Amino acid sequence: MHSTNYIIRFTIVMTVIVAFVLALMVSGLKDVHSENEAVYNKKGILSAVATQLGKDIPAMTNAEVQEVFNKQIEQKVINTRGEELSPEQVKAATGGVSSSAETLDLAKEAKKPEAEKLLPLFIYTDDDGKKYTIVYARGKGLWDEIWGYITLDSDMNTIVGQAFDHKGETPGLGAEIKDNKNWYGQFTGKKFYNTKGEYTSIAVVKGGVKDPAHQVDAISGATITGKGVDDMLRKGIKYYEPYFMKNKKTDVN
Amino acid sequence: MAATTDVQVKKEAAFSFGKEERSLITDPINDNNPVTVQILGVCSALAVTTLVTKAIVMGVAVTLVTAFSNMFTSMLREYIPKQIRMIVQLVIIAFLVTVVELILKAVNYPIWKDLSVFIGLIITNCILMGRLEAYAMGNRPWKSFLDGIGNGLGYSVILIAIATIREIFGKGSFMDIKLIGPTAEYPLNTTDIAALSWYTANNLLILSPAAMFLVALIIWIQRGRNRKLIDIS
Repeated sequence: MHSTNYIIRFTIVMTVIVAFVLALMVSGLKDVHSENEAVYNKKGILSAVATQLGKDIPAMTNAEVQEVFNKQIEQKVINTRGEELSPEQVKAATGGVSSSAETLDLAKEAKKPEAEKLLPLFIYTDDDGKKYTIVYARGKGLWDEIWGYITLDSDMNTIVGQAFDHKGETPGLGAEIKDNKNWYGQFTGKKFYNTKGEYTSIAVVKGGVKDPAHQVDAISGATITGKGVDDMLRKGIKYYEPYFMKNKKTDVN
Repeated sequence: MAATTDVQVKKEAAFSFGKEERSLITDPINDNNPVTVQILGVCSALAVTTLVTKAIVMGVAVTLVTAFSNMFTSMLREYIPKQIRMIVQLVIIAFLVTVVELILKAVNYPIWKDLSVFIGLIITNCILMGRLEAYAMGNRPWKSFLDGIGNGLGYSVILIAIATIREIFGKGSFMDIKLIGPTAEYPLNTTDIAALSWYTANNLLILSPAAMFLVALIIWIQRGRNRKLIDIS
């Protein structure tokens, strides 16, 4: 049996060594970690323009992602009245946390009341100079949050690309919104507004699509996640409506 | 104390690799497998086996942690106060798991993002605590290290076996390479049987219960082949 004195000394020495080594590692790897995280988030955005970009997004290196982001992506932060905010205004509204669309705390923004909400917006310019608008929506799935980036054509109506992600949906069921290309691919070509110009959003329906311009088929076994996507798009994209009205080009199509 | 007599009786070389050492590695892979025979670490075997890549990363992480926690515990076994030995073991495990997690986050962020919770949960993986208590507290560092490698490999083999079946039949791919099922080139209704595009991915295999069935099947086959493993009680 060891004495109490020995136990206390052993504990202190061990704790100090372990804490020191871990603290050293965390601070040493901090830059790599934050760069990886930034690139991961940027890849999430670029996934929504994967077809336009013509690249395999997960295989892109950090440098490639940064290059595309610096050269071809323009970032904006807008409010729900469709006004663009300057970096200073964004800084003031977020309490100094962020100044650009990319660094916005999107989970926090989703919880704010409509009048104070800040919306991220990205404009992708392809090699021919054609512009695509990437908008963002966030909602609730079955277990946790789900979100997605939607790329719109210059008519601010037709979807030309999309990427969904989730925090903890069931693999094989709810997680299909991110993994199953056949499912999320359905969104391409759908329209948020009907021919009369009314906002109809895109519904996730069970048992067959009846209105091919505004509906997609749900995933069987993932009813709640499907409803979550439906709800997220109906509410989330609607916030961008004032911006769409100001910026849409009607001469397309 | 068994540990001290062991040191006095045998004057063996520090890093020998004989028959005994070899069995430390091969036994846990086969007749003393931590997952199928000792029934330890089953929870993570259900969770991270949807894709082979994930299973391999998890297997490597667990192997590293078992090997080094065994080695460190064995090195300190004379100094660890018996009253708080489990807490000390837990600190060693938690330390190594954090190190592995920090490195993985720096090396491959998407995989870390996929596995994040389960890497942290290696701390509670019963295999680790089991090996430290049963082996490392009474054996020398080199042998303990090998025992850790063996048990980690035993765990990895089962994980990869389950993941291979789940990924091929549940997603139609192996390590993210499409193998069977309809593709853009060969759609579902193609007449070319060799293209294997008639196969519809079985979604049940992606759900966790499928891993349970597969673990049970492996246990069944293993015990059918080796009657020594059958628990008579």
